[in-house]
Amino acid sequence: MEAPIKFRIGKSKIYQALAIVLAIGCVVPLIAILLYIIKSGASKINWHFLTSIPKPVGESGGGIANALLGSMIVIFISSIIAIPIGILCGVFLSENRKSKLAYYTRLSVDVLQGVPSIVVGIVAYFWLVKPFGGFSALSGSIALAIMMLPIVIRSTEETLKLLPNSIREAAFALGMPFHRVILKVIIPCGINGILSGVMLSVARIAGETAPLLFTAFGNPYIATDITKPMQTLPLLIFNYATSPYND
Amino acid sequence: MSQISALRSVTLKRLDFTRQKAEETVRIKRSYRHIWGEKAFRKTLIIIAIAIITLLIALVVTLVVQSIPSIKHVGISFIWTKVWNPVKDIYGGLPFLIGTLLSSFLALIISIPFSFAVAIILGEYYPKGWMSNLLKNTVELIAAVPSVIYGFWGLAVLVPLVRAFETKIGVAPIGVGIFTASLILAVMVIPYSASLGRSMIQMVPADLKEAAYSLGATRWEVIRTVVFPYVKSGLFAGVLLSLGRAIGETMAVTMVIGNTNILPRGIFSPGNTMASVIANEFTEADHPVYLSALIELGLLLFVVTLIINVIGKSIIKKFTQE
Repeated sequence: MEAPIKFRIGKSKIYQALAIVLAIGCVVPLIAILLYIIKSGASKINWHFLTSIPKPVGESGGGIANALLGSMIVIFISSIIAIPIGILCGVFLSENRKSKLAYYTRLSVDVLQGVPSIVVGIVAYFWLVKPFGGFSALSGSIALAIMMLPIVIRSTEETLKLLPNSIREAAFALGMPFHRVILKVIIPCGINGILSGVMLSVARIAGETAPLLFTAFGNPYIATDITKPMQTLPLLIFNYATSPYND
Repeated sequence: MSQISALRSVTLKRLDFTRQKAEETVRIKRSYRHIWGEKAFRKTLIIIAIAIITLLIALVVTLVVQSIPSIKHVGISFIWTKVWNPVKDIYGGLPFLIGTLLSSFLALIISIPFSFAVAIILGEYYPKGWMSNLLKNTVELIAAVPSVIYGFWGLAVLVPLVRAFETKIGVAPIGVGIFTASLILAVMVIPYSASLGRSMIQMVPADLKEAAYSLGATRWEVIRTVVFPYVKSGLFAGVLLSLGRAIGETMAVTMVIGNTNILPRGIFSPGNTMASVIANEFTEADHPVYLSALIELGLLLFVVTLIINVIGKSIIKKFTQE
């Protein structure tokens, strides 16, 4: 009743080949994207492009200095807000694994991680743009900080959970107070994992556009005032890609 | 002489005593400070944890409060009204709901074979070696590319391709539309289900697989009869998480979906998703009900992704605890 062994082995081989082909197939778009970006972008990048501001619509030339600077400022501010809070919250979650508060906090972090970025943008608009009467880089930074938080918290918690309990116990046995155990022993031990989580979150928000549409808004000039609209790189790409002009 | 030495020893003792006393007070002070620091630190941690919960609650409350005008204006029929016409004050979310569901599910269907293939390759066929490392890193890189880059690439490369394809099969060659958006989304969500599926497949106990091999099963038979049934729920959770991601995705979709506020007639017609209509019209919304209707869409989006994510995460939790 069984199919002959050769047929079965052949079938197995076919499925293996199919899996390999499909797996390679999903790498193709990525390579295509990278090639396209490099091919059409590499020749345009020079010192002038990086240091000058965009020309008015319809003129060729110009650069991206405003967006570059804006991106850096926005990322910097949101990192300052999100990283300390995120690490401390991760410490709390890993130190109090069973408590009720930790359960609800973990749940909130999970939910926050799944919130669509555009919804974060809406909320930041109502918290920070409308009451203060205008788009500002600060509101964009806070929206991005909200998006960073879950990633930092989760990675900190996961890293600290993996540390052996004996390290913590040894520190306590020497009579160290709780906050010094955390700051001087636990966090330095897990610093690698925490930093990789931080880098991941920075990479994530660096390319984020949707929450900035109604918060940082964009600005064709170089701006350093964080209470005013500011341009960032992803916003610039979006505006240029969807505008009817062919610059 | 002896009197002097006695006096000296007494003085020395007294000095010693005062020194001890001073050291002790310093120690006590220090330990007080430590206790104070410890308490303050614990309190800070608790306050931060509460702040995170408050943040989420405030987020939900803001969305609900801001969408009240629209809920009052349109009522529950918001979900099935077909017309979205802010000029005439008619707000119906159905075109966007359909657009979102259609593009996300289409994206899932396209991406599932690819992501499962990656999961099987990395989890079962080639779990080690530089080739699988390369594949793993490349797939993770897919998740790291900003969505606006995907949108840009879609607009510049994919749209002409789809247009040519549409001319060939004989539908109106628009290029932008739900199908194009689904293609982009499919690429974007592959890493989510693939990496989760990989870790699930690696958790299949080796003795189960070895037992099947010893009975004479081929590689594929082991995968189909042992590995798949074991990781079924895990793979499902991965698909759910990528669905949640696809539904909330904004920028790439906004750039290629065509942005028309009518009910899509097929997978090739242009449409709009909930996220893309918010991105397009939020800054243009000129009266309160219009704005509030957009926020209601945001609330709807939030609730849908919330449900999907919670189900997915609970499945994963159950799976990893077993």
